[in-house]
Amino acid sequence: MSKHTFSLGGVHPHDNKISRECAIQPLPIAPTVYLSVAQHIGAPSVPVVKVGDKVKVGQVVAEPGGFVGAFIHSSVSGTVKSVAPRADLAGRMSTHIEIAVEGDEWLEGIDTSDTLITTIPDDPKAIIDKVRLGGVVGLGGATFPTHVKLSPPPGSKCERVIINGCECEPYLTSDFRTLLEKGEQVVVGAALLQKAMGGVPCTIAIEENKPEAIAHIREVIAKLGYADMDVMVMKMMYPQGGEKQLIDAVMHRQVGSGALPISVGAVVQNVATALAVYDAVQKNKPIVDNSVTVTGECFPRQANLLVRVGTPLQYIIDYLGGVPADAAKVISGGPMMGRAVANLQAATVKGTGALLFLTEKQTRRAPETNCIRCGKCADACPMGLEPFLLNKLSKAQDWEACEANAAHDCIECGCCLYSCPAHIPLLDNIRVGKGFVLSAIRARAAAAKAAAEAAKK
Amino acid sequence: MSKLLVSPSPHIHSKDSTKSLMLDVVIALIPAVLCSVIFYGWQELLVLGVSVASCVLLEWAITKYMLKAPSTIGDLSAVITGILLALNVPYTTPWWVIVIGSVVAIGVAKMTFGGLGQNIWNPALVGRVFLLVSFPTYMTTWKQPQGLFGVDAISGPTPLGTIQEGLMQGSTVQELTAAYDYKSLLLANLGGSSGEVCALALLLGFVYLCVRKVIKPWITLSIFATVAVTALIFWGINPDRFTDPLFNLLTGGLILGACFMATDYVTSPMSLWGGVVFGVGIGFLTMMIRYFGSYPEGVSFAILIMNSVVPLLNRWFKQKKFGRK
Repeated sequence: MSKHTFSLGGVHPHDNKISRECAIQPLPIAPTVYLSVAQHIGAPSVPVVKVGDKVKVGQVVAEPGGFVGAFIHSSVSGTVKSVAPRADLAGRMSTHIEIAVEGDEWLEGIDTSDTLITTIPDDPKAIIDKVRLGGVVGLGGATFPTHVKLSPPPGSKCERVIINGCECEPYLTSDFRTLLEKGEQVVVGAALLQKAMGGVPCTIAIEENKPEAIAHIREVIAKLGYADMDVMVMKMMYPQGGEKQLIDAVMHRQVGSGALPISVGAVVQNVATALAVYDAVQKNKPIVDNSVTVTGECFPRQANLLVRVGTPLQYIIDYLGGVPADAAKVISGGPMMGRAVANLQAATVKGTGALLFLTEKQTRRAPETNCIRCGKCADACPMGLEPFLLNKLSKAQDWEACEANAAHDCIECGCCLYSCPAHIPLLDNIRVGKGFVLSAIRARAAAAKAAAEAAKK
Repeated sequence: MSKLLVSPSPHIHSKDSTKSLMLDVVIALIPAVLCSVIFYGWQELLVLGVSVASCVLLEWAITKYMLKAPSTIGDLSAVITGILLALNVPYTTPWWVIVIGSVVAIGVAKMTFGGLGQNIWNPALVGRVFLLVSFPTYMTTWKQPQGLFGVDAISGPTPLGTIQEGLMQGSTVQELTAAYDYKSLLLANLGGSSGEVCALALLLGFVYLCVRKVIKPWITLSIFATVAVTALIFWGINPDRFTDPLFNLLTGGLILGACFMATDYVTSPMSLWGGVVFGVGIGFLTMMIRYFGSYPEGVSFAILIMNSVVPLLNRWFKQKKFGRK
């Protein structure tokens, strides 16, 4: 089996897929859910329900706040209790729609049966519109609205759809379970995406540590007989599932600095997103639930749960027996790029893929010592940057030099900090530099635009 | 659990530390250390003991009394400097000479610049070259060792020293190298710095470091290749005047320098091509010093000279960035 991988850097953390045998189980619906209006990249959605309204599962409760935005649907049936600011997992306030659950009544027109619908609609526009109406956003982490990704700007053309089944983050298994248990739906979703992009070829990329999923998806593709679709076995290497890295590995094309994947003819969608596309297009079912891996060596009950969007984290954890005594950190997502949870009362969003519990020993950072110039950070960086240098430039607040050395190309994968033997908080410092460089670039663009407009007048 | 830890990603670490990397280097030096002790006996043990102890003590004293900072001896880098300094001098070197060498190595070459990671030149080599220039008698006369099991001691210069002297007296290289058998140079090269006694032991340590991914082999291999090619050219032109490639590879501390001194993280370039240029520079300068210089051996000087240009090599040879021209 030939294995594909990206060309620069990467690290090999232990994959720790200890929850790989846990089939996806539905989590009982929480008594109250909280739907954030800011659960995707782009403009926050605008609530269209008011306190006291009765809603059903799948009913729109908030509309997109702009082209780069997404519909939000009620994940439960019940009564709207409040539309008010509430703290997210980092403690930041944003508007949430609070719904008290009454029963589980779905909106008419949503097909909740298990029947597989394999016929692909003829009209790409109709597919993209259904994706938009289904509130589908990228579920691989970035939560970028999918219909925007499927509408390339004029002049650019998609040449290949890549379904990202790498799941290169340690511990996470929800995409793996989805491939095994809902492989047919994912493959139909991939075919829908192919159609939406104009009948281009499609590659489903899966890391070598998931042989069952590779075999299963190959079988499904053969059975369903879609044209121009294949499985590519990827080397186990982090960050294989990074968008730019995956395109490099699959198509041998490198997306330029600040450019979008479509600039090299690629559209990448995650496995869970492909499933959501299937649900939205074939079953009229918007995103109301998603699979969440709950795991960690210190967590006694590993699980993959089908969770309604807006379920409080505490409710999920209590269902599985509470936070273990020796857990020091709860992470939403994987250990390399996930976010530490500061507030267990926070509710899940569409993009919540995992809850990971780490002990203090597993997650403690050792004290920083002198850089020994070993170059391990530069060897590990999948963007070919020099983290040791960017670290120094950031600390010196030399933002121009940060830009000259491409701080803004950093994808924040964490490989540098992960591999630094001197335990220097490289990424922490580089993030600061990246932030300043990006705002400088934005400011320049805005100034150029203003100057151009002034010149027109 | 009462409070949640909150910090930016990543939340896990590879578990590599400066100490674990340095420990690997110490382990890689064990075969060479064992060979030197077996061949040179208790005197070599004394040299090693004095060197390591004075390096570590000195670093501890400097951090405690002069810098008033937490001690850094736990990172084991002073232990490595101590071992390398000991392996770079003859086993007959008096203890007080070694102490002076360690003061220069740790005190001047390392701690003055800010300790581990900040120094420009390899500390052990600075110490060695200081001793070579200051105490040439101790550093260049070598006694045939008694070994652990006691053999008669004969005093004499190193192979390269013998050849330089012989050439000046009008002999040809062929006559002079006839006295050396390459197999014994590889396995038990008596007469030289104590660390070069067994080339195979050094290469074993080098392979260990590469397998453990502590270092990458490019610097070392480009030194070997450059020395071989340069020697081949000169030897091909005039075999009476210039020594052959294999002889040059096996003598004069080349293997010790190429495997353990030139690959020091702090004083070598970080990128692949920077490392190759660094290695080619060391190899070429070594051969020029050996063939045309007044010192019979050139590895230490060549490495120190190339150490000085590492910042430039780091600036010139950068890895290609993803998606950029």
